Amino acid sequence: MSQFRAHSVLPGFNLALGFTLLYLSLIVLIPLSALFVKSATLGLGGFWHVVTGDRVLASLRVTFFTSFVAAVINAFFGLIVAWVLVRYTFPGKRIVDALVDLPFALPTAVAGITLATLYAPNGWLGQYFTAHDIKVAYTPLGIVVALTFIGLPFVVRTVQPVLADVEAEVEEAAASLGAGRWDVFQRVIFPAIYPALLTGFALAFARAIGEYGSVIFIAGNMPYISEIAPLLIVAKLEQYDYAGATTIAVAMLLLSFALLLAINILQWWSSRRGTR
Amino acid sequence: MATQIQRRISTHESVSVTLLLIVVALSYLVLFLGIPLFAVFVQALSKGWELYWKALQEPDAWSAIKLTLLTAAIAVPANLVFGVAAAWAIAKFEFKGKSLLITLIDLPFAVSPVVSGLVYVLLFGAQGWFGPWLQAHDIKLIFAVPGIVLATIFVTFPFIARELIPLMQAQGKEEEEAAVSLGASGWQTFWRVTLPNIKWGLLYGVILCNARAMGEFGAVSVVSGHIRGMTNTMPLHVEILYNEYNFVAAFAVASLLALLALVTLVVKSLVEWQAKRSGEPLHHGA
Repeated sequence: MSQFRAHSVLPGFNLALGFTLLYLSLIVLIPLSALFVKSATLGLGGFWHVVTGDRVLASLRVTFFTSFVAAVINAFFGLIVAWVLVRYTFPGKRIVDALVDLPFALPTAVAGITLATLYAPNGWLGQYFTAHDIKVAYTPLGIVVALTFIGLPFVVRTVQPVLADVEAEVEEAAASLGAGRWDVFQRVIFPAIYPALLTGFALAFARAIGEYGSVIFIAGNMPYISEIAPLLIVAKLEQYDYAGATTIAVAMLLLSFALLLAINILQWWSSRRGTR
Repeated sequence: MATQIQRRISTHESVSVTLLLIVVALSYLVLFLGIPLFAVFVQALSKGWELYWKALQEPDAWSAIKLTLLTAAIAVPANLVFGVAAAWAIAKFEFKGKSLLITLIDLPFAVSPVVSGLVYVLLFGAQGWFGPWLQAHDIKLIFAVPGIVLATIFVTFPFIARELIPLMQAQGKEEEEAAVSLGASGWQTFWRVTLPNIKWGLLYGVILCNARAMGEFGAVSVVSGHIRGMTNTMPLHVEILYNEYNFVAAFAVASLLALLALVTLVVKSLVEWQAKRSGEPLHHGA
């Protein structure tokens, strides 16, 4: 025991850690391992066969593509929102700041039916798109709208504290050396907030990939066109195709882990470059 | 004098750029947050208050509300006890594998809600690992209330722990060590020293955990079986009503959930403000 942990006068270590590990195992680790054991029963060939099925591939493509687009939109506008909230004052700013977290607090099903109603061809917002012959609801564009809503707070909340910490002196120094405002942003401020921006982007992206509730109402769920991978999992489950559902789930998990890993490496690489 | 003015100007954007950025940011927020939030209530009341009240007094709506409250009443305390225990072990002691443990605690956030439900079906469903045993003993977990509670605990698992761990780590353990060396027992130390220090962080985690527990859709949808009046939570009831084209009723129930979201945001802001005032900075997480 003494090797495993450093000595402390405080009591309760065994109880606290024991309970933590037990609860973690029962609720998270054992259930999640069931996922991998189940997909292993298919064998590599069976796994590959399910994952490369046309409909599965199409749903994965839709999921990752729409999630990526939504995360890019959120990265761009989230940066502007964070900037405005940190740097400027305007009436109602505190309410606006609190409202940014709405997507965390509003149940996804509520967001789903509301967005579907708003962007339906005759809805409040949909009618303007209809006038230009653009369909939002029941197309991949609708999925992007839902995923943009879901991911909205991530970039704002990761960039905000970092932007607030950027020292005014550095900006002043750059300005007094003759840098224009855009130069200062590009060369001084942006490099400082870039890692946080990337983190926010990754969080929004990851959240969007798994999202279900807000999407299914607005997506139209047409196989090969606007069917997301989580919905296909549910469809397989409803047909008692546990193996198929599990395989898609594992494929989604592996793809998102690979993605997060890539973003982490990118971040690590850019922060190393930044410190030199 | 001239150079001074120039310098002051160059560390701020011009007025037009400032205004443009504010307008862009606010338009974006109004379009994606403001209008949808407003629309929930307008849709719910589109046929008048009378139909709104009637929709909420439906027996099925009532049982959905009760089930949602019950689920949150179990899931939130369970994750609260876990969060405190995990934070106590991680923040107050040094041991091997700590960062791995922290990563594992965050794991449910990386999993799609649908998959969170799926794992319990694989374990306890009719064709799952424990399915035959459960059936032989006449215990129903999937397509029943226990499954809903389990799936909800899973998706809200990290909320309180990830709030408390960085907070308690930042506070260190000197105060607790002083209390213990003065003769306080472990529980006394926790109740009188630790708890007052973390109360705002704790409350913050509880609010966010509760909002998610009451609003969870994907995970619960997979394990619920959608039995009206039995295994429908409020979000699931919203789905059923919406799919039946009963929009007024769907948005009426949805408006309750939207109110919950608004209350959550208000309380959250108050807690943040209080925490700042009492010098207990909160960890801002998703």
